[in-house]
Amino acid sequence: MTDIVRTITPAPTPGAAFMRALKSFALIRESWVGMIGTGLVVFWIVVALAAPVIAPFEPNATLQPFAKPGVAFTKGGIFWLGTDHIGRDILSRIIWGSRAVLLYAPLATICAYTVGIVMGLAAGYFRGWIDELLSRLADIILSFPVLVLYIIIIATIGASALNIIVAITFASAPGIFRIVRGLVLDLRNRDYVAAAQTRGESSWQIMLVEILPNARGPLIVDACLRLGYVIITIGVLGFLGLGLPPPDPDWGGMINETRQMALAFPHMSVFPCVAISSLILGFNLLADGLREISLRD
Amino acid sequence: MIVFMCKRLGFMVVTMIVVSTLLFLLLEIDAENVAVGVLGPYSNDEQRRLWLEAHGYFEPLWLRYGTWLMKFASGDFGQSIRFNVPVAEVLWPRLWNTAILGFWTFALMIPLSLALGILAGMREGSKLDRSISVTSVTTTSIPEFASAVFLSAIFVFWLKILPGTSGMSSGFEFKQLILPVMVLVIYDFGYVARMTRASMAEVMTQPYIRTAVLKGLPYRQVILRHALRNALIAPFTVIMLQINWLLSGVIVVEFFFAYKGFGALLLEASLNGDIFLIEACAMVAVFVAVATQTIADVGYTYLNPRIRFA
Amino acid sequence: MSDNLTPLLDIKGLCVSYFTRAGEIPAIKDFSLSLKAGESVGLVGESGCGKSTVALAIMRYLGNNGDIVGGSVSFKGRDLATLSADELRQLRGSEIAMIYQEPMAALNPSLTIGTQLMEVPMVHENVSAADARSRALQMLDDVHLPDPERILQAYPHQLSGGQQQRVVIAMALLSKPALLLLDEPTTALDVTVEAGIVTLIAELSHKFGSALLYISHNLGLMLEVCDRIGVMYSGEVIEEGTIDSIFTWPKHPYTHGLFGCIPLPHADKNARPLVAIQGQLPLPHERPPGCNFGPRCDFFESGLCDAGDIGAEYVDTDDDPRHRVRCVRWRDIDPDQLIAKADGKPPVEYGEKVLDVVGMQKYYEVHDRSIGAMISGDGIRYVKANETLSFSARRGETLGIVGESGCGKSTFAKVLMGLECCTDGEVRLDGQDIGDMPVRERSPKQLGSVQMVFQNPNDTLNPSHTIGGQISRVIKKFGVESDKHKIQDRMLRLLDLVKLPRDFALRRPRQLSGGQKQRVGIARAFAGNPSMVIADEPISALDVSVAAAVTELLVDIQREHQTTLLFISHDLSAVRYLADRVVVMYLGRIMERGTTEEVFGPPYHPYTEALLSAVPIADPAVEKRRIVLEGNIPSAFETPKGCPFATRCPRRLGDICDKEPPPQRQNRDRHIIACHIHLDELRGVAPVISLTSEAPDQVGA
Repeated sequence: MTDIVRTITPAPTPGAAFMRALKSFALIRESWVGMIGTGLVVFWIVVALAAPVIAPFEPNATLQPFAKPGVAFTKGGIFWLGTDHIGRDILSRIIWGSRAVLLYAPLATICAYTVGIVMGLAAGYFRGWIDELLSRLADIILSFPVLVLYIIIIATIGASALNIIVAITFASAPGIFRIVRGLVLDLRNRDYVAAAQTRGESSWQIMLVEILPNARGPLIVDACLRLGYVIITIGVLGFLGLGLPPPDPDWGGMINETRQMALAFPHMSVFPCVAISSLILGFNLLADGLREISLRD
Repeated sequence: MIVFMCKRLGFMVVTMIVVSTLLFLLLEIDAENVAVGVLGPYSNDEQRRLWLEAHGYFEPLWLRYGTWLMKFASGDFGQSIRFNVPVAEVLWPRLWNTAILGFWTFALMIPLSLALGILAGMREGSKLDRSISVTSVTTTSIPEFASAVFLSAIFVFWLKILPGTSGMSSGFEFKQLILPVMVLVIYDFGYVARMTRASMAEVMTQPYIRTAVLKGLPYRQVILRHALRNALIAPFTVIMLQINWLLSGVIVVEFFFAYKGFGALLLEASLNGDIFLIEACAMVAVFVAVATQTIADVGYTYLNPRIRFA
Repeated sequence: MSDNLTPLLDIKGLCVSYFTRAGEIPAIKDFSLSLKAGESVGLVGESGCGKSTVALAIMRYLGNNGDIVGGSVSFKGRDLATLSADELRQLRGSEIAMIYQEPMAALNPSLTIGTQLMEVPMVHENVSAADARSRALQMLDDVHLPDPERILQAYPHQLSGGQQQRVVIAMALLSKPALLLLDEPTTALDVTVEAGIVTLIAELSHKFGSALLYISHNLGLMLEVCDRIGVMYSGEVIEEGTIDSIFTWPKHPYTHGLFGCIPLPHADKNARPLVAIQGQLPLPHERPPGCNFGPRCDFFESGLCDAGDIGAEYVDTDDDPRHRVRCVRWRDIDPDQLIAKADGKPPVEYGEKVLDVVGMQKYYEVHDRSIGAMISGDGIRYVKANETLSFSARRGETLGIVGESGCGKSTFAKVLMGLECCTDGEVRLDGQDIGDMPVRERSPKQLGSVQMVFQNPNDTLNPSHTIGGQISRVIKKFGVESDKHKIQDRMLRLLDLVKLPRDFALRRPRQLSGGQKQRVGIARAFAGNPSMVIADEPISALDVSVAAAVTELLVDIQREHQTTLLFISHDLSAVRYLADRVVVMYLGRIMERGTTEEVFGPPYHPYTEALLSAVPIADPAVEKRRIVLEGNIPSAFETPKGCPFATRCPRRLGDICDKEPPPQRQNRDRHIIACHIHLDELRGVAPVISLTSEAPDQVGA
């Protein structure tokens, strides 16, 4: 008897769960839009990881100002994408800059999601005054034009990586809150939730074990879209001069520093723009692909 | 319906008051900071004390907030530090310039995005649908500052047919408006088009469309009378809320093209710590956003008979 | 008249396939049917058998991925496949019209009823708007809608479900079609409303001379509406004939099986239990070779039944020359052997009182924020979901609670489960009052002692967790076992109990069929050795053959465990079959309660009487008195002051019914009728259902 028990119910290991997640993710192969998106995202992740190996120059070294793309450096090497006004190699700065984006954007998104999910679960499940209060709060924050909100927050508390994450969490959490709340309002009426209630499960157990896993589909799609949007935000803040402090490379900041010369030396700002747009496009296409697949079955 | 509108208006007023409180607390709770901002970092303590006293900063906080709010409501926003004129004097002309920019953006974006969205949503999964969808994802993926860079590189640096800045230094010139409007339209139309498409595609799968087809109605009538009326309710809200997004977009675009608008003003005020100007700009921005949201909500209920005659 | 020679609709060897990523999926295979003008033909079958696809194929509306891959459909002698798009459009809605399952969804929410009705004659007959309007008005009158002028200006959501369906029928009949396709037109409606719609359809098709193709899963409805029926199984018609030949001399084992699954009046859970068909419907892409029913058939003979495609043969042993059956062995099958016979089961002994409900009340507060309410000061209104309910149930007893939507039966279940607290009164379970004890305050033992089987199989299990995990969680939570291996052991034994293979423990809900999910739901409910199980419409979402198996399972487990079963249902036939005692509810109040025989025979409460008459019974031997209720079920806000049923009651006495709550009249020991009419008078009412002499040996029990 116990043998049967053991053979048919192996303890779920984290490894098995990971394999299952990987397997469901492999479905993305069936959507070519999703494949392109995955390709772009993976490309940039590889670039970020391999930055020290593939970057031809030191990103902050001033080498030779105003070099056009393809110009050879006197001390060896080629400026494939040219240099900026103080002589730093643009390709190397783009490569190193991908690290900042791919670190802070997911971090900020995760923070925003944590806050949004906790608040959304509570509001959608408990309803009543908690819901009323949190919803009104979210409405008020969302009534700000986003960038106005960022500018005021950053201008007041100062520009730093931490502050950018705080500002993004503050501004995005209400949107996530609304999505989660909507999903929970629907899912809480399912019979399996009633079944959990009638066996006396605690509220948080129900929210986290019974409800949240079933909301993951739409949330994953939204997370991809939001990641793209957070990258835009970080870029815009950098572009407006409110981003990560110089001199470390940051795509938005690179455009800000060189935009005065954009009309004479477009290469200085065009290439960072291509980099950031392609990464955002990657996440957006990935989201599209995931949505397409989730609608299929 | 009337109750609903009263409720929405009430919520609008409450939002404005809450926002004003937050702003006031954020920017003015530290009176010393305000004095430094106004008098400059090289003023001495005595000067600051005198200024603070003269402007009532030693009153209790709630009283200060009350006076501030009253003055604000009557249109007295205080003196801009950077421009050294009353805030209202810089604010209104700048807002007007932005309104012009916004008007042209919407005039192009709405017909374009609705038409594309409806065409794509009418036959979900068709070639046309797929190409419109991919195009709109791509354009929404290019942030405004990036498309501004790209378009400048093409039209200003390479083709040399458009001016690269829109400062309007020698009076209003329509040519200078083209690039900023293009940038905003490119970024925004994709989102509205996708929303319209989703709404249209959803409506097309509804049983009442099948009823209309199986009633023997001509396809035109099925689309125009049965589908569009339901499919356009959601995009209406999206378009109204797009004004909120536009307020963000204009900051980037005006900054890039040196267009003397409201967004550039807000940015300038923030970067220079011009407290009273920030307050005024933020309040105006929130007012515009909340007002359009209210219109969107009221319009939504009006367009939707299920709510209107509930 | 050439009408009698050429059939109106002639379908020959129709094959329809859907093309998906998984490849071609045949939805209908070799479908043939002919329909004469004015004739009404029914198509009956379980979900997924392709019956709706037939209607859509006739309309040539199969979506982007569906296509006719073989055969022909001709209408009035014209092959529909040869029509141009424009000709097809002129045919749709004028010659052939359709009535749909969900009337609310079938009507455009943002156009008035008037606009939607008027466009039919305007498009097809080019009449002026004024003419179209008067035609629409006339038609609304014909479908017996009160105040047609007002309805013309209304939006769909302002009408009740029954009214919406009448509008859809009016829309279909506006151009006097020669053929009317009805796709489950009453499935979404309550039984008493359904009865009205069915009567209306019969009346109007007669009046306008339209032929009917009536699609339904309900054999009983067929009996009331159709002249001929076709029984579909897995994309094929397996038997076709007149009502008489199919109901009296069914030839196909599946048709026989269906009748064995339906709780007909002569079925009895002890003496004559239902006989479920083994197995389940094959998925369209996993159909077996040869006979689709083969794997589930008791008469399957390998080498014969699975040899190749099986054609339809004419049955020459009865008086219907068009009776056809798709079975190679129909001649070999002995009809006597086929009459569903299962062994009788011993009756259950009732024990002590488990549940005692005394004057239970549940009101919901609803805040009305309209100006009118603010001025008049009644900002808070009450929805009286349950009003003074009193009844009891003993150990081992099955108590049926029956009523239409909105009668408060589910609210009562919620109070029992502790998801809601009652406003007043007592609910005693095993002697303890649990009426205002929310679920959080109950001990694990109390929680385990009253459990529930839910209605919707797709909703009852959490899609994110394995079956085994979900059952184990319940065992752990109720403290039945605490050791990990013992929990698993018990979980596996529960799977055995509900007759599911043990390796289902590792599966996720989406890998299970509806019936299997419901079995898991039952296993979960019995995990804590409950003294009472509430089953809220446990079989209403299942197909007939699956429902029978689940019903029998429930009865067997209950019998074995001596559990009290509270069976909540809108389906009178199922309640009659299962329940020992019945409570009839309407608008939150008990109209009648007593043993099953007492409630289902005179004296009746007038509502019970109407309900009994409304339920279609798939047995030509049963004769019914027809009572059609007028009007709609009042909304829960506007519960009448007196008797809640007074607004629709055919036996209404007068003002007293509107103003005073009816007295509880005691007929016998525990048989109570809440009505103003005197018992003597009610006793004089003739039975609604009577069996004619054709089935004498079945009336026993």
